[in-house]
Amino acid sequence: MSNAPSRAATVEFRHVTKRYDERAKGNPAAVNDLSIEVPAGRICVLVGPSGCGKTTSLKMVNRLIEPTSGQIVIDGVDASTREVTELRRGIGYVIQQVGLFPHQTIGQNVATVPRLLGWPKARQRERAEELLATVGLEPARYRDRYPSQLSGGERQRVGVARALAADPPIMLMDEPFGAVDPIVRERLQNEFLRLQEELAKTILFVTHDIDEAIKMGDLVAVMQVGGTLAQFGTPAEILASPASEFVARFVGADRGLKRLSLSRVRDLPLQPLITARPGEDCALARQRALADPFPYLLLVDDRSRPIGWIRDADIPATGTLTEALAVPMSPLLNRRTTLKDALSMLLDADVQAGIVVDRAGAVVGLVTVDMIADRMRDTAGENRFGPLEPDAQEDDAAPTGEGPDGPVDTLAPPEPVEA
Amino acid sequence: MGPDQGRLTMELIGEVVAWFTDPANWTGTNGVPNRLLEHLRLSGASMLVATLIALPAGLAIGHSGRGGLLAVAVANLGRAVPSYALLLVFLPFFGLGDAAAFPALVLLAIPPILVNAYTGLRGVDRDLVEAGRGMGMTELQLLLRVELPAAAPVVVAGLRLAAVAVVATATLAALVAGGGLGRYIADGFGLRREDRLIAGAILVALLALVVERAFTFAERRTLLPGDQRRPSTADLAPPPLQSGLR
Amino acid sequence: MRWEWVARNTGQLAEATLDHVALTAVAVAIGFALSFLLSVLIHRRRGLGGPITGIAGVLYTIPSLALFAFLVPFTGLTFLSAQIGLVSYTLLILIRNIVAGLNGVPADVREAADGMGYGRTRRFVSVELPLALPLIVAGLRIATVTTIGLVMVATVIGQGGLGNVMVRGFSFRNDTAVYTGAVLIVVLAIVVDLLLAGLGRLVTPWARTRGG
Repeated sequence: MSNAPSRAATVEFRHVTKRYDERAKGNPAAVNDLSIEVPAGRICVLVGPSGCGKTTSLKMVNRLIEPTSGQIVIDGVDASTREVTELRRGIGYVIQQVGLFPHQTIGQNVATVPRLLGWPKARQRERAEELLATVGLEPARYRDRYPSQLSGGERQRVGVARALAADPPIMLMDEPFGAVDPIVRERLQNEFLRLQEELAKTILFVTHDIDEAIKMGDLVAVMQVGGTLAQFGTPAEILASPASEFVARFVGADRGLKRLSLSRVRDLPLQPLITARPGEDCALARQRALADPFPYLLLVDDRSRPIGWIRDADIPATGTLTEALAVPMSPLLNRRTTLKDALSMLLDADVQAGIVVDRAGAVVGLVTVDMIADRMRDTAGENRFGPLEPDAQEDDAAPTGEGPDGPVDTLAPPEPVEA
Repeated sequence: MGPDQGRLTMELIGEVVAWFTDPANWTGTNGVPNRLLEHLRLSGASMLVATLIALPAGLAIGHSGRGGLLAVAVANLGRAVPSYALLLVFLPFFGLGDAAAFPALVLLAIPPILVNAYTGLRGVDRDLVEAGRGMGMTELQLLLRVELPAAAPVVVAGLRLAAVAVVATATLAALVAGGGLGRYIADGFGLRREDRLIAGAILVALLALVVERAFTFAERRTLLPGDQRRPSTADLAPPPLQSGLR
Repeated sequence: MRWEWVARNTGQLAEATLDHVALTAVAVAIGFALSFLLSVLIHRRRGLGGPITGIAGVLYTIPSLALFAFLVPFTGLTFLSAQIGLVSYTLLILIRNIVAGLNGVPADVREAADGMGYGRTRRFVSVELPLALPLIVAGLRIATVTTIGLVMVATVIGQGGLGNVMVRGFSFRNDTAVYTGAVLIVVLAIVVDLLLAGLGRLVTPWARTRGG
């Protein structure tokens, strides 16, 4: 995006209650005394079973639904005091069915709010094209099409672009990726997280899928039927110490494994390893390798990029090291790979250790299955990922893989390896 | 309309009431019972024959899904040809009189019955039909036990549209041919007798409304429990089919 | 079929056709304006739907000959009588289609419009109305074709356009006049229907590209 992101805003629910029918017997609340505070620039996921009031809570922010009591405060201003259409034009809104206008082209759809705000025509068009590019749709190809000509995934992207059009400080997303197939959903999630690193909007995100909540949320509010807040915290907190039986059951019995998706390779103390370059003297290399408990030597190129393993015992007594001695690679990981993905890749490749490389593809250390298993066992109740410590500032983005969580493949080391 | 018009209206009402209370208008060939009977006989016979032709055809097309284009063509043609024109074109071949209007009325009633039977069946949830087929129903069982019950409101709506059009056009038949309640209107115009004109109009309007209500009632009875459609809109789903003229 | 009769009477036939078109156009225009207002009313206050369509339904069910008969003592054998009758018959068709069109706007589209800060009027004009157009045009087509047929019945009050040609032909045993009138009416109905269909496609470009 060319223009600087607008300032994000804080969103605060203060004792918000919504009752749909004031006179109903027992008067059940859709949302009951909800108080949460979402700091500026964070993603807060509202998650819970159907009927828990998560969508109602979301719609009270842009006043599609008015609270029965309590306040929703945006950047210190009570939302109920603002003119409703003006309030809504300043809040991006993405829904599961997308709600694109079938009678308008994609370009016109994206430019909806700028048009409502009375931007000049040329600037509307420019903004629409810029946003289409942002969400990965080639403007020249998509601008003049109609929504009926797009796939579900493409429509969702347009929906996100449309919500971003006037650069609102807040976005409300109601199951935005719920209507697409799992593969497309995963890709849209990853793309959106990457986008959010640049945008740093305040986002309220509704889902019924706990895995999506853990993946997308800086903060997660677990709600239960009756509209009460069951737990509010970081994904790590919720997985490590569920506040109630309900939360524990909702996050599932595999929460130990789920927690692995919250930790990344960079959070582990990497194991050092012995490397050598082709052309080095075998005897010297062997000496160094045997001094280390790990039974392998890693052959690397002149820029420290891995070529292949040589078992200590296989190092010839004399001569120089050649690439022919090396056997195929272990999985390549980077520091942003989640431990869940790392474990899965190691198990798939049937190896004990994965090589961690930096952005340039140079070796930085080893991760073993045992290290990950240890990690899973300890740290109960530990909270290493405070809500205000953004992932986004991490400098060593993946050299391969597709997103923050995208698996880095086993395959291609930075340069082809002749086995 | 000034006070003068008001007085004339009162006078007219008095005349019409007098017409209805005159025993002479309730006996003989030109009496209400006989004219009503003629009207019902002509309309009923036309509807019966049209239904026997159009309903099986529409159900067959709808069940098999073949011949849909034919149904659409019939619908469009039925809409474009005014019933009065149909009457005038047909009468010379069959001579004047009650029976002469019969073939025109049959032709008039076929399109709505056929098209609604077709669209009604086509509108049945395909999963329902698949499920029935999966359980080993024969095609006839599918039609009678699965498709027809689900499509019944739309099918009956077609009968209603046809019946209302037939009753209305049977009235027109009086202008050029024979009997029925339209006779009073035709004579009213011809003899410039406003009492008879209005009395005929009232009788014809009442008959049409009663027929319409009766079919709407039947439509409502065919709705399955929990069906949210209101009977009067059951013929709406495809652009509503209406006959060309009454 | 006596072609020389047709050739001799082209002027009269053209005039009757124009009359027919004028009667139809005026009735459909007034009917549409009325129906549109009533439909918007129903759209805003759902409770009005029953009574309004109920009355329109009764008007629609009363045979046209009876309706014209009712009118004659009051408005005479006039253009006005013809219009009152013809307009009455367009109401049910048009109201039902306009309301169905407006109600057919997907809930998610409406919600998205609200969520982005459309006001009520703006949402109606630039979102709901365009999306209702296909059904509105369908209603217009049916109403127009129906009216073209009904104009014939207005012959009984001396207003019938091409109907006059046919009825006079019938009275004087002039089959050629009957057939010519019938053909002209059917052709007129088909041509107008196609024109309206084309117009409908023109104003709903998004509906043409389905699945493209």
